[in-house]
Order: sequence, then C-alpha cells, then structure tokens
Amino acid sequence: MDLSYGPEYEVFREETREFINSHRDQAPRGQGMKSPEVLNWQKLLIENGYAARTIPKAYGGYGAQPDILKSRIIAEEFASAQVNSGLGGQGISMLVPTLLEVGTEEQKQQFIGPTLRGEMVWCQGYSEPGAGSDLASLRTAAVLEGDEWVVNGQKIWTSTAQHADWIFCLVRTEPDAPKHKGISFLLFEMSTPGIEIRPLVDMTGVANFNETFFTDVRVPKHQIVGERGQGWMVANAILGHERDSLGNPNVTLSRLNSLMELMKTETIAGERLIDNPIYRDRLMQIQGRVMALQCNDLRVLSSRLNNTDARLARMIVKLQGTELRHDLEGLAIDVMGEMGLAYADNPHLRDRGSWQSQYMYYLGLIIGGGTSQIQKNIISERGLDMPREPKVEKAS
Amino acid sequence: MEFGLSEEQNLLQRSVNGFLDNASSLEKVRALAEDGGDVWPGLSELGVPALLVPESAGGLGLSTLDAAIVAEALGAHTAPAPFVSSAVMLPVALRSAGGDHDSLFADLASGAVRAGCALADGYGTRAGSGITSNGDSLSGTALYVLDFDADVYLVADNQQALFLVDKDAANLSAQSLTTIDKTRSTGELTFSATPAQRLSDDPAVLQAVLDAGRIMLAADTLGAAQEMLDQAVEYAKQREQFNRPIGSFQAVKHMCAEMAAGLEPCRAMVWFAAHALDTLPDQATMTACHTKAHLSEVGKFIAKTSTEVHGGMGFTDLVGLHYWFKRIGFNRQLLGAPELLREEAARAQQLVA
Repeated sequence: MDLSYGPEYEVFREETREFINSHRDQAPRGQGMKSPEVLNWQKLLIENGYAARTIPKAYGGYGAQPDILKSRIIAEEFASAQVNSGLGGQGISMLVPTLLEVGTEEQKQQFIGPTLRGEMVWCQGYSEPGAGSDLASLRTAAVLEGDEWVVNGQKIWTSTAQHADWIFCLVRTEPDAPKHKGISFLLFEMSTPGIEIRPLVDMTGVANFNETFFTDVRVPKHQIVGERGQGWMVANAILGHERDSLGNPNVTLSRLNSLMELMKTETIAGERLIDNPIYRDRLMQIQGRVMALQCNDLRVLSSRLNNTDARLARMIVKLQGTELRHDLEGLAIDVMGEMGLAYADNPHLRDRGSWQSQYMYYLGLIIGGGTSQIQKNIISERGLDMPREPKVEKAS
Repeated sequence: MEFGLSEEQNLLQRSVNGFLDNASSLEKVRALAEDGGDVWPGLSELGVPALLVPESAGGLGLSTLDAAIVAEALGAHTAPAPFVSSAVMLPVALRSAGGDHDSLFADLASGAVRAGCALADGYGTRAGSGITSNGDSLSGTALYVLDFDADVYLVADNQQALFLVDKDAANLSAQSLTTIDKTRSTGELTFSATPAQRLSDDPAVLQAVLDAGRIMLAADTLGAAQEMLDQAVEYAKQREQFNRPIGSFQAVKHMCAEMAAGLEPCRAMVWFAAHALDTLPDQATMTACHTKAHLSEVGKFIAKTSTEVHGGMGFTDLVGLHYWFKRIGFNRQLLGAPELLREEAARAQQLVA
C-alpha cells in the first residue's frame, strides 16, 4: 500500500495549481458553446497541456505521453478549484478517441483539430425509438447510391443536436447480415438537407435531448469510419469509454460536502438539520457508501497503472455511482421537507435549485449510458460468468 | 502509488487460505461447533498469533492490513479461532499502552496464551452489565465477552480504562453464553472486587483497540460475504428449473449482480481502513467505524440474498450456508452495530453538537 503519487507528481500538482490560480479569471462561466470565452479558454488549456493532453500535436493536441496520474491530478485540481476544465461533449470524449483508433489519416486531419478546439460540435446518433437497450437492432437505413449513402430513419436522445455541426451515426447498411454485422458508422453534417430536429423536453424541464429524423439524407461515401458492416465494433470501443466516466466518486464527494454544509446551515424548529439524529444517520450511511466507492476508485486507478484489469471493481462503477448520487441528492430533498420542493424561479431556492435538478438528472443517468438493469446483466454475465438469457427466436 | 496487496501479502493470503481449506472445511467446522475446539493450534504453527506482536518482543511486527487479510480468510472459512482478541486487540492494547509486556507478548506470539475481550463499557453498556473499577480491582458484569475461551481477558471499565484479568483470578466467575454463531465462543464474566492489572487510563488506547477490532470484524464479514456470493453464483449455474440454469433468469442473476456490486467496493474499503489505522491517524477512527458499519449492511444483504438464491436448500442445515449467515450476523452486533458506529463516525468528524 502506497497512496502517495511521489515527488515528481507533487511538482506537477503544484504547477497545475499555479496555472489555475493565475488564469482562473479567464475561465468561462456559463457562456455559450462557441463564445470567444469558451474557445479562448480551450485554446489556452490545450497549449498548456491541461486539455487534449495526450492527443498528438499533428492533430491539434498537446502531444504528451499518456500518464494516468498526471491526467488524474489535472482532473482533481480543476475540480477542487471549481474552475472550468475545458470542453467535454461527445465529440471530444467519444468521437476523437474512436478516430484515433480506427479513423483514416484524412479523417484524423479533418475532424480531430477543429473538434478539440471547440469549433466543430458533434452529436451522437445511436439510440432509436425501437432500439434502446437492444441497440444493435437499430433500423435507420443507409443505402449506397453511386457515391452517396442515402439515409432514412429516426434517432432519439440526440443530446445537443440543435447546436451540433456534425453527427456520428450508426446506420444499417447490410440488411441481410446478422444484426451486429450489418451496421456502419457514418459522419455527416447536420446542415445536410433532409434532417429534422424536434426537441424532447426532459423531466427537469430542459430540452437537451432531441428526436432527429432523416429523410433521404445524402452522405458522401467516404464519410464512413471503419469498413462497411463494422460499425458495431467501432461504436463498442467508445461505449465502454462512456460508462467509465459516469458515476465518478470524486465528484460525488464534492456533492457530499455541499450536503453537509446544507445540513449545518438549514434548520427545523430552530435546530440544525445535522443535529437531528435520524437525518444525521442517513447522512452517515451515504458517507459510508461514498467512502467505499472512493476506495474502489483508488483500486481501479492502481490497477490501470499496473496494466492489470480490476474487472468487477471497474464494472460496478456506473451502477453504484449513479445510484449513490441519486440517493445523495434525494437525501438533501428529504431533510429539507417542503423547502426541498422549491424549483426554478422560487425565491426560497437553496443552492440554486441544484438538489431537485440533480436528483432528477441522475435518475436520467441511471437509465442512460446502459440502464442499471443492463449493467447488472454485464456484471453477472461478464463479471460473474453466469449464463446468458436464452435467445428468443424472432417472431415472423 | 500502489493500492493493493504486496507480493508478501498475497503469499500470506494463500498460505492461510491453504491451511483453512483443509482445517476449516465445512465438515470440520460442523464437528468443531458440536464438540468444541478451534483451529488456533494450526494457525499458531503458521505464525498468525505473532502478526502484530512487535519484532523486539519476538513477533512479526506486521501491519493492520496483514491482519485484515487473515481475518478475511477466517471469515471465508467460518473458522473458529480467538484471532480478533488474541492476535489483534490485546497486542494493539499492549503496544498502545506502552510499558514492558515482553513476557505476555511472547506467550501471545506463540499461541500459548489466548485472550478474550470485554469492551462493551467502551461503546455502549446494556442493561444487566457494566464494569466499575476501584484501584486495581473490578466489579460488575461483562456480557458477550468475545473469544471467551481464554487465558487472559482485556476488560474496559465505565471510565474507558483498560485492565488485564487472569482467567484464574479470585472472585471471577465465568459462564459461557450460547449465541446464533457456533463458530465463536462468547460468555459472561462477573467480577466482585476481582484483582486486575490496570493497563491504561487513556481513552485513546481503548479507541485504538476498538478501531483495530472493528476492522477485523469487517474483514471477517468481507470474507464470509464473498464466500456466500461465490456459493450463490455456483449454485445458480448448476441448478436447473424450467429446462435452464436458474442463473440465466434475470431475476436471479440480478440478485447476484447486486451482491457483487455491493461487495466489490468493500474489499478496497477494508484495505484502506486497515492502511489508515497505521498511517493516517486523523482518519483512523472515522474510517474504521464507517467500514464496519458499511460492511455490516452489505453483509446483511448478501447473507439474505445468497440464501434466497439457494431456494429451499439455502434454509437447510445440510447445505450449511447458515454458518456464514450467522457469522455475518455476529460480526454485525459485536463491538458496535451500524447505527452506533455511524454516530461514532459523525462524532469523530465533529458533526455531533
């Protein structure tokens, strides 16, 4: 057991802190996606190695060797300083790693740089009304006509489609092949004729999601990642990537600290909430669970450093992390009683209404990115080696 | 940065598990539970009692994490042994109290002397019990003394002082108590001006002993719960109903996934708590309390769920799952049940007015 990162890394941590302290005035606070504040901040972060750190210079990144601990330190320091850590989004977190893995040289040159700089915003076209957990049954079709794919069908849950310049999209190109082998991974512009976006308001009241309809959308033939029919493989590499980032216990820890502050500040019948033994016990139950997941996170980090796979410890993070976060936000609402109902423009709002909105948002994350039930299938079938459900023959 | 077990610790784990696979198989546990006896002599040959005894006193001078690894193995095998008191709580008490204890250390290290612990006055005295001291003598009653079949007892009084009492001391009466868990010996001690050796008046010494003991019970639950999960998964793969293994039904496999998802972080938590006890004094008590409380909750869920996965067979004596079920139940109640421990965790971070 050795929990220290070592002297070399403490120097790096100090440098990171200094950078944050001397530049934090320039960090964007709530400005729009392509505002000068956001684009300049992203540029500054990349130039100094705090964003796109391990992406090769040739493609617009900083070009550092991968170093898990340094990436970790950057994340920790920006989070604890509560300073914007640069652009995320599905283009940067999902498409760029995929292109680096399987894209052609031309695709890497064309897409990675502008995406990293925030000039090219992406949305993801995976789920369909009839293809959710069973994603591979997707039916949006692309037929090759001359030098163009002609795309017809519908996607759903396309976050930020209304702001996106491009979409990376799974389409069925080989209708006669087995379902996993008939899919291709296409890239196309959202301004292409035949695309219609309808906003989908979620339970928090925000229209972040959309339904996206394609009618005879014509896509140049070469805008495919991987070969025809390999789209499922291409997509799967990054789905794993997405799951790993959901339910991060270090973010949950900062919410736990806010909850403790809330319980020390808010009162009932003149008594601080933290002084109520029942509320306090519930807080301690949550703290115990947060602590367990933080320890688990250290174990996963350590296994990555050793190039080993802490299989189960890694597989349970999305399930446990999102459920815990939902429970944590819910506890804040419970202990506030009727005060916990305040929302939107209510003048009695606490912490800008974040407890209610995060409580609902995390229910969304329990469902999105592979539902809790799908996670349990993965844990039992891949982690515990239990038998799969027998396949049901397709009714004809 | 290295969060995990060292090569030596993996070796220790393999060697203790290897010994217990044979010496504490379910048949042998059944026999020991009926006829009395334990696996302490065998563990003594492996050097287990010497783990936490300082090297200067002839021990191995190893870490709390090494002891937690052994406790996990004992829980996995529901092994009857006075490990928590003899190899952990008394050595920690002697180390923390200071002074010359070389002779007792030597007897503990060899396994020749077994210890029991009566510490309830340190965290919550129940009706019908309570210990008072007068100089070097003790009066009152201690209930549910852990590792009761002992040569020497570590006793806390109502002032958080610690004492050593010889089993043959004058004016001491001892009565063993039956609990659900036949793999543990427990009992009742009655003192009436019983001569005792005052070991420490410092509440911090008692706290260090409780922290260490709680981590060991948490580690014991980790091992027992992992074994119950493994048995449930194995059973669900073998047992067929409706022409298919029951483990292929999501209703059943999701029970197993929930057990694994709850338990996997517990392993890292026990490692961290043991490590914190030796290296992070500011966090030690809070972490130990949370770890035992959390493991108790997860353990209780797994004890129930694993039994359910086994269906009717889980309820029988024949399959023997109940040994682990009861072991986990015992660990939950001793040295502070979850609610008490969470309150202590809150107090340790100044959250209690």
